[in-house]
Amino acid sequence: MEKGTWKVKTGLAQMLKGGVIMDVVTPEHAKIAEEAGACAVMALERVPADIRAAGGVARMADPTVIENIMKTVTIPVMAKCRIGHFVEAQVLEAMGVDYIDESEVLTPADENNHVWKHDFKVPFVCGCRDLGEALRRIGEGAAMIRTKGEAGTGNIVEAVRHMRAVMDGIRRLVNMPQEELMKEAKELGAPFEIVADVRKTGKLPVVNFAAGGVATPADAALMMQLGAEGVFVGSGIFKSSNPEVRAKAIVKATTHYKDPGIIAEVSKKLGDAMPGLDVNQIPDEELLAKRGW
Amino acid sequence: MKIGVLASQGAFIEHIKTLNKLDTEAVPVRLPGELKGLDGLIFPGGESTTISRLMASYKLVDEIDALAKDGMPVFGTCAGMILMAREISGNTTQSLGLMDITVKRNAFGRQVDSFETQLKIQVLGEKPFPAVFIRAPIIESYAEDVEVLARLDDDTPVAARQGKMLGAAFHPELTDDLRFHEYFLKMASGKLN
Repeated sequence: MEKGTWKVKTGLAQMLKGGVIMDVVTPEHAKIAEEAGACAVMALERVPADIRAAGGVARMADPTVIENIMKTVTIPVMAKCRIGHFVEAQVLEAMGVDYIDESEVLTPADENNHVWKHDFKVPFVCGCRDLGEALRRIGEGAAMIRTKGEAGTGNIVEAVRHMRAVMDGIRRLVNMPQEELMKEAKELGAPFEIVADVRKTGKLPVVNFAAGGVATPADAALMMQLGAEGVFVGSGIFKSSNPEVRAKAIVKATTHYKDPGIIAEVSKKLGDAMPGLDVNQIPDEELLAKRGW
Repeated sequence: MKIGVLASQGAFIEHIKTLNKLDTEAVPVRLPGELKGLDGLIFPGGESTTISRLMASYKLVDEIDALAKDGMPVFGTCAGMILMAREISGNTTQSLGLMDITVKRNAFGRQVDSFETQLKIQVLGEKPFPAVFIRAPIIESYAEDVEVLARLDDDTPVAARQGKMLGAAFHPELTDDLRFHEYFLKMASGKLN
C-alpha cells in the first residue's frame, strides 16, 4: 500500500475534471458551494477581490478557518500557501488539506524559488501564464495546473490570454520536428523530458483548469471551449448579488459547455455579477499574475 | 456494442479511452436523450455530490433507473459505485439504488491517505490488479446475492457484482490494465453467468 504517489496526486485532479472549484471564506459559504454542486472548495480568509482591496501582505489563512470548512463539507478542500513558502505548505499538509494551491493571489515568500512539491504527499496546483511556466511547475512536482488569469477582477480577458498561450504552445510543439525540440525547451525554460512528452501526447501531463476572472456561466463555458478541463471561481460567486443561484448556474454551464441553449437557460435572472475591473487600469505592480515565474 | 459514459462531471474521458482500446464504441452522456441505444452505462469517478446534483437537474435519474430495471448493465467506479448503491452511510447524497450495497464515502480519510495497491481479483485471473484508491469509498454491507469480487488485506470489500451491476471502489480507468473493463463488456454482452 503506497500513499502520496504521482498517480494518486494527479488522479484526484482527474476526478475534479468537468467541475467547478469555488473560493469560500466561511463554513456557510462552503455548504452553499457543496449544495450547488462544486467539486471542491478553496478555503480562504478573504476572496481575491477583498485581498486586492485590502492590500498589504496576504498570507496562508488561519488554520481554524480552514479546519471549520473541512469539518463542514465532504467534498475536497483546497487551501493556498504563498509562492515558495514551503513551511505554510507543510502546515497545510499536516492539517490534512486535500490540495495545496501555491498561489500568486497571496504575497510571494520567495521571488526566486517555488516550493519543491515532489517532497510532499499532498498534491499541489500551480498557476501559469503560458506553456513554459506550466511545465516548470510540473517539473517541480505540481500535479495540477491552472491558468492564472487576473484574480479578483471579474474580468475574463487574462484567463483567455493565458489559456490561449498554453494551447498555442502545445500546438507549436506537436508540429515541431524532433531536432528543434531542445532549442524550444531552452526557450520555454522547461525540462526537456516534459517538453518531449507534451509533443508526443499533444497535451499537458496533468489536468489544466482555468482561473482568474470567471464571473458568469458563459465565462466558464468559454474557458471550457478553449480547452480548460474545469474552472476555479474565486470572487465571482460570493461577490455577486445571489451566490446560490449563480453557483448552480456556473456548475451547469461547465458540464454543458457545448450547449448554448442550456447556457442561455441557466444565465437567466442571476442578479448582478461581481463588479468588474478593467485590467488595463490596474498599475503594473499590482497585477497578481506577474508574481512567480 | 455501444457503451455510454455519464459525463456530468469527473474522469469520464479516461473510461472512453479505455473502452476505445478494447475496440468498443463509447459516448458521453449528459442528457437523457443520449441514453438511447446503449448496451451499457458507466458511472465514472468524480465527486458523487456534484454528479448526483447534475443528474437530478437534468432528469437522468428516472431514465437510468428505468433502463437498469430493464436489464441495461451498469458499471460504477469510486463515485460511480457510490451513486449505484442502495444506501450511503451517514450521508444525504441521493443515490440510485441500483445495487444492494451500503457504501461509506471517503472511508480511508482525506487525500493524503489515498493509495495504490495490488489486488487479487479471482475473476480477472491470477495476475494482481493495480488498484488506485483516491478518497475512496468502501462497501460496508451487502445483500446475499451480491458477489464480492475484491477485498483489501483486512477483508474490506472493494469491488462487487450483482447481476448486471458492477461496482469498484478504485479506478481501473487510471491504469493500463484493461481486464476490469473487459469483464464488464463480457457481462454486458451476456457472456458471463
